Amino acid sequence: MAEIHNYTINFGPQHPAAHGVLRLILELDGEVVQRADPHVGLLHRATEKLAESKPYNQSIGYMDRLDYVSMMCNEHGYVLAMEKLLGITPPVRAQYIRVMFDEITRILNHLLWLGAHALDVGAMTVFLYCFREREDLLDCYEAVSGARMHATYYRPGGVYRDLPNKMPQYQSSRWHNQAAITQLNDNRQGSLLDFIADFAQRFPKLVDEYETLLTDNRIWKQRTVGIGVVTPERAKALGFTGPMLRGSGIAWDLRKKQPYEVYDQLDFDIPIGTQGDCYDRYLVRVEEMRQSNRIIQQCIEWLRQHPGPVLLDNHKIVPPSRVEMKGDMESLIHHFKLFTEGFCIPEGEAYAAVEHPKGEFGVYLISDGANKPYRLKVRPPGFAHLAALDEMVRGHMLADVVTILSSQDIVFGEIDR
Amino acid sequence: MSTSDQLVVNLQTVFGDTIKSLTVAHGEVTLELDKHTLRRVAMQLRDDPLFHFEQLIDVCGVDYLNYGLAEWSTDNATATGFERGVQQGEERIQVANLDRPRFAAVYHLLSISLNQRLRLKVFLDGEPPMVDSLISVWPSANWFEREAFDLYGILFNGHEDLRRILTDYGFIGHPFRKDFPLIGTVEMRYDASEKRVIYEPVSITPRTLVPKVIRRDNRYVEPVLAGDKHG
Repeated sequence: MAEIHNYTINFGPQHPAAHGVLRLILELDGEVVQRADPHVGLLHRATEKLAESKPYNQSIGYMDRLDYVSMMCNEHGYVLAMEKLLGITPPVRAQYIRVMFDEITRILNHLLWLGAHALDVGAMTVFLYCFREREDLLDCYEAVSGARMHATYYRPGGVYRDLPNKMPQYQSSRWHNQAAITQLNDNRQGSLLDFIADFAQRFPKLVDEYETLLTDNRIWKQRTVGIGVVTPERAKALGFTGPMLRGSGIAWDLRKKQPYEVYDQLDFDIPIGTQGDCYDRYLVRVEEMRQSNRIIQQCIEWLRQHPGPVLLDNHKIVPPSRVEMKGDMESLIHHFKLFTEGFCIPEGEAYAAVEHPKGEFGVYLISDGANKPYRLKVRPPGFAHLAALDEMVRGHMLADVVTILSSQDIVFGEIDR
Repeated sequence: MSTSDQLVVNLQTVFGDTIKSLTVAHGEVTLELDKHTLRRVAMQLRDDPLFHFEQLIDVCGVDYLNYGLAEWSTDNATATGFERGVQQGEERIQVANLDRPRFAAVYHLLSISLNQRLRLKVFLDGEPPMVDSLISVWPSANWFEREAFDLYGILFNGHEDLRRILTDYGFIGHPFRKDFPLIGTVEMRYDASEKRVIYEPVSITPRTLVPKVIRRDNRYVEPVLAGDKHG
C-alpha cells in the first residue's frame, strides 16, 4: 500500500489574502487543514527598542505606524500611559476630541476590514463602497493634522491643535470642471465639525447599503456561518479581546467597563454575538460602526457648545505657543529644553489600555526618571488573535483559512511591531 | 474601599508569605513573586473565585542592565559645567549596580468577571534566565513567551515550541537586551556577482542625537514616595 503524507503548502508572505506579510505553513489532508503555523515578524521594526532610544514625545509618530489602519487609537494608548505616569489629565475638550477621533478611527478600521474581508471571501463591490467613505474620514484626519494617515495628533496633555474652522476644498483641474468641483465641495463649506456632522448624518444609510450586499446574502452566509467557531471559554483562555471576544458572546468593552476619557458620559451600546463564528464577528463589527456613529454625533453636539483649550498650560510638558516663545524668555527656555531634551517622566511603571478597533491595545511603560522610556511594551490585540489561528482553522477547508484569517482583522504593523 | 485596595487585601490573605512585594501605584497592583512559586500562584489566581483572572493579557521581558543610569549627568553642572553628551561612534554600555537580578518577566492579568487587573513580576537570575512557562495555565502565553525568548533570551520551562518569532530566520542574539546595539550587528544586501543575498557586519556607526538625561524633579518627589509607602 502506498504511503500517504500530508501535503504542506506555503501561503504568503506575498499574497493578497495574507493581509500584509504573513507566511503561513499549512499542513493539508486533501483540502482539510491539519495544522497551521503562522510565521510572523517579516515587518519587525523594533518599534519598542527605537522608542527606548528617543525622548518620549518623538515616539508618538511611531505609534501611528503600528496598526496603520487605526492610527489615532495607537497614539491614544501611548499618550494615556505617559499621562498616567505624569499624573496629568487633559482638558475636557481635548478628551472629547480624542473620543471623537477614536470613533472616526474605529469606523475607518472597520470599513477597511469590511472591504478586505468581503474581497477575500469573494465580494468585490463592498470594497469600493467602503473606500468611498474612508476617503471622507481621511479628509478629516488631514484637516486636523495635515496628514491623511500618520497623524501624530495626540500629545501628552491634550491634542496638537483645536479643530479647524475651515475644511480644505477641492480645486478645479484638467479632470474636474467647475461644476463638478462645486458639487464636490458642497459639504465642505463650513467647519470640520459641520463636515463630520454631515458624514454622521449620511453614514447609517451607507451601512444599510453594505448590509444589503452581505447580511442576507446566501453565498456570504454559506462562507461565514459556522466557520471558525470559538467558544466563550476558549476566547477568554486564548486572550481574545475586542470584537473577537464580543463575537463569542462576552459583553466586554473597555469603553464601558474601565472607561477612560469621557466614555462614561456618552450613550452607546455594545453588540455581542451568539455563535462565535465569522458571521457573528461580521455582525458585531457592522453594529459597532453604527454605535461609533452615535458617539461621534454626541461628541459633535458637545464640542459645538463648549469651546476651550485643547492642551494643558503646563510648559514643563507641553511646548508654549510660537507667539509666546518669540516674546517671552521663559517660554523660549521651555521651548528649547522640550525640543532638545524632552521632558522627564518620574520613576515608575504604568499600563494603559484602550479599546482599539481590534481589541485591547495596551502600552506598558517603565520609566527610570529619564527623558526616554526605559522599557516600552506594546500589547497588540492582533498578536493574541493570530496565535489562535492554528486552533481556529484545524479541520476547516483551505478556502476557509482565508475567511477566518480576515475575520480576525489582522494588521502586521502591530503584530510584528 | 476601591477595587485595587480590596485586591491587595485578598492577595495578602491568600498568598501571605509567598509574596515578595506588593505595591500599588497609579491604581495598578503589582505582585512580585519568586520564580519557583509563579506557576502555582498563577493557577490559583485563575481558579480562585476571589481573583478569577481568566485572561493573560500580556507577557514581556525587561532588562534592567542600565536602569537609572544617564548618558549625560546634570546634577553637578552648577559646580563643574556640563560634560559632553554621547560622542559619535562612541558606544558605552553602562552597567548599573543592581541589588536584584538583571532580567524580569512581567505578566499582565485581567479578570473579566470581576473587572480587575493585576501585574505579576518575577525577577530572573542566571544566564540564560529561566522561568516556568504559564502555557498550561493560560494558552495565550504561547506567543508572548516566544516573543520574550526571542527578544530577551528568557527560557520558559515547559514551553513545547520555543522558537524565535519576530526576528529573522537564523538570527543570532537577543535584540532587546540593553547590551545589543540599536543598529544591530549585521546588515543584508543583494550581491550581484554572487547572485544571492549576503550578510555583512554593519557599516554604519551608532549615533545618539539626544542623550539620556535623568532630572530629579521636585514636583514628582511627593507622589512617588506616597505610592511606594502604599505597598
